[in-house]
Amino acid sequence: MLNVTNLKKAFKLPDGTSLPILHIPEFHLDAAEQAVLVGQSGGGKTTFLHCIAGITAPDSGKVEIDSIETTRLSEAGRDRVRAAKLGYVFQTFNLLSGFTALENVRLGMTFASGRHDLKRATDLLNRVGLGERLHHKPGALSVGQQQRVAVARALANRPKLLLTDEPTANIDPANQQTIIDLIRECCQAEGIALLMVTHSSEVAGQFDRVESLSDFNQVLETASAEA
Amino acid sequence: MNLLHIAFRNMQQRGLASALTMFSMSLGVALVVVVLSVSWVVTESFERNSNVGYHLIVGSKGGALQLALNTVYYLSQPIEVIPYEDYLELLPKEQRAAEIRRIGGRVAEPDRAGEYAGFTEGGFAIPLCLGDYLGPFRVVGTKPAFFEELRWGRSSENEYSFSSGRNFVDYSEENGFFEAVLGSLVAKEMGKKVGDTFKTTHGDPEGEGHGIAFKVVGILDSTGTPNDRAAFINIEGFYLLEGHERAYEDQAHPDELKEYVERDRADEAEPLPLEKRDLTAVLVKVGQPLFAIALQKRINKQLQTQAISPIKQITDMLGTFVRPVQLAFLGTTIVVCIVSAISILVSIYNSMNERKHDIAVMRALGARRDAVLMVVLLESLLIAIGGGLLGWLGGHALTLLAGPAVEARTGIQIGFLNTITQLEWYLVPGLIVLATLAGIIPAFVAYRTNVSQNLGS
Repeated sequence: MLNVTNLKKAFKLPDGTSLPILHIPEFHLDAAEQAVLVGQSGGGKTTFLHCIAGITAPDSGKVEIDSIETTRLSEAGRDRVRAAKLGYVFQTFNLLSGFTALENVRLGMTFASGRHDLKRATDLLNRVGLGERLHHKPGALSVGQQQRVAVARALANRPKLLLTDEPTANIDPANQQTIIDLIRECCQAEGIALLMVTHSSEVAGQFDRVESLSDFNQVLETASAEA
Repeated sequence: MNLLHIAFRNMQQRGLASALTMFSMSLGVALVVVVLSVSWVVTESFERNSNVGYHLIVGSKGGALQLALNTVYYLSQPIEVIPYEDYLELLPKEQRAAEIRRIGGRVAEPDRAGEYAGFTEGGFAIPLCLGDYLGPFRVVGTKPAFFEELRWGRSSENEYSFSSGRNFVDYSEENGFFEAVLGSLVAKEMGKKVGDTFKTTHGDPEGEGHGIAFKVVGILDSTGTPNDRAAFINIEGFYLLEGHERAYEDQAHPDELKEYVERDRADEAEPLPLEKRDLTAVLVKVGQPLFAIALQKRINKQLQTQAISPIKQITDMLGTFVRPVQLAFLGTTIVVCIVSAISILVSIYNSMNERKHDIAVMRALGARRDAVLMVVLLESLLIAIGGGLLGWLGGHALTLLAGPAVEARTGIQIGFLNTITQLEWYLVPGLIVLATLAGIIPAFVAYRTNVSQNLGS
């Protein structure tokens, strides 16, 4: 489902020097497989997800999603793959405040051509327990409910791969487990591969496959060696 | 859900700013509509009467435009007068002789044909006397032929008709020379109906009143011409009003050189004799249109009299005065619309910083750059077209409100639809172009929004 090979990314600093942030020689995720990625703060976890999603272009390397090498595609091509094959749950939910819960979910469908399935959007919100809140705007929802809407939105286009970036970081402990369970159950039910980034050892402990970014990020190893 | 829906939601989210920007655009468009409507009224008022149903106006030498304004539109002050004999020169032999004997008095060579009779054979000559008022409306002294011979409308296809009563006659047992016909607006504004009487005032609406009353015998149907705004009285009655007889003898044609003709209608009341009569103008329709220029040249060789083509005067006036003013107004209102479009640009551009996050989210959900560009452009279009529609409705509502006042002054009826001008069809594409231009800079900012930098913000 997901193959990452020799992925490199560095950021330019204001003084003109380059700061390497990622160097992933190999990373694989099978269809419907669920994995968690842990790592220290600032270690490049979000950048890694952005590179997979095609939001950020890597400096070099190869990303292949569902047998499509996205790193060879144009920006518009990557946008199309992102809309059709990827779901993304952000740490800060990133719901659009002017849109209702239902509209936020349907927004995800708008950009995947030909997908305007109102029933699926409604079903998804029912599944995440917000059937009574379809027409509420994010400001009228609790933090936990907002993240549920974000989960429903990420699943709207029946993606092959769901990327979640610290999905419980801004949620109270009582709701954290509910969200994690919800994401995992939904992915399992729809056969979606899941790559979850977290810094929580409690969350990581629930997954069969736990990957530490520092284990295969050669940048960090080099940085550590230099230190 | 589509891009238009997203644009609408964005607009809704910034409700007050969007509403104010839309209002500013609606003011601009309303101004354009009002100016176009006013232009239409002005042009219509001139063009509706440009085919006046006659070829020439014969009047005193002086301003040709003033003579046309006076005679066709009943505007401006009357110029000098011409002798009644000039009217007789336009009549064929029998008609001239009959007219002379009907009135009686001193006239040169009563038994010959009028000097220009050959030109008017198959046409007509109708005399007009102006100078009196009924309230604010012009009083026109003329002959019954005015309503019998003249036609109105763009192709002079319509006969004058009466909503009540009849045309006045030269003389009647009941009313003598003092019968009148009122234009539709005059009757309405002055509250007059058939059977009522009125007295005219001399020289201006506030002038001294004449002592003799005219009886209303007919009310004209509305024609949308200046005749709706005039009161028509029998020219014989007009001459008998105080101060309407010629004050000084025509030195060029002394009375002693003229022959005295006895009138043949001794049973009727006595009209003003020929040598004491003057006219403001004569409306002339020549037998063949080709004759008009030749007749005009002949008359213009005279010292005191001129003949003008009303159509030429109206066309010249439209081209020289009216059209440039219309263009200047239109130009000004277009600038107002451009300023409104710039306000759309400023409004959307200023909100781009707070929108970058939303744009980044849409991009992260798979929206292509051109999709977010379209969302911003559509928002600009929604504001411009929404404002434009409001302005269009508002502008026409305003002109509708002004309708009664415009009708009172011009005789032109204003409805909601009849003031829609051809130029208004360019409003929508014009607004689309303006809105696109206004939205293009913020849309480009949206296009260039860095997704990863703005996702977390």
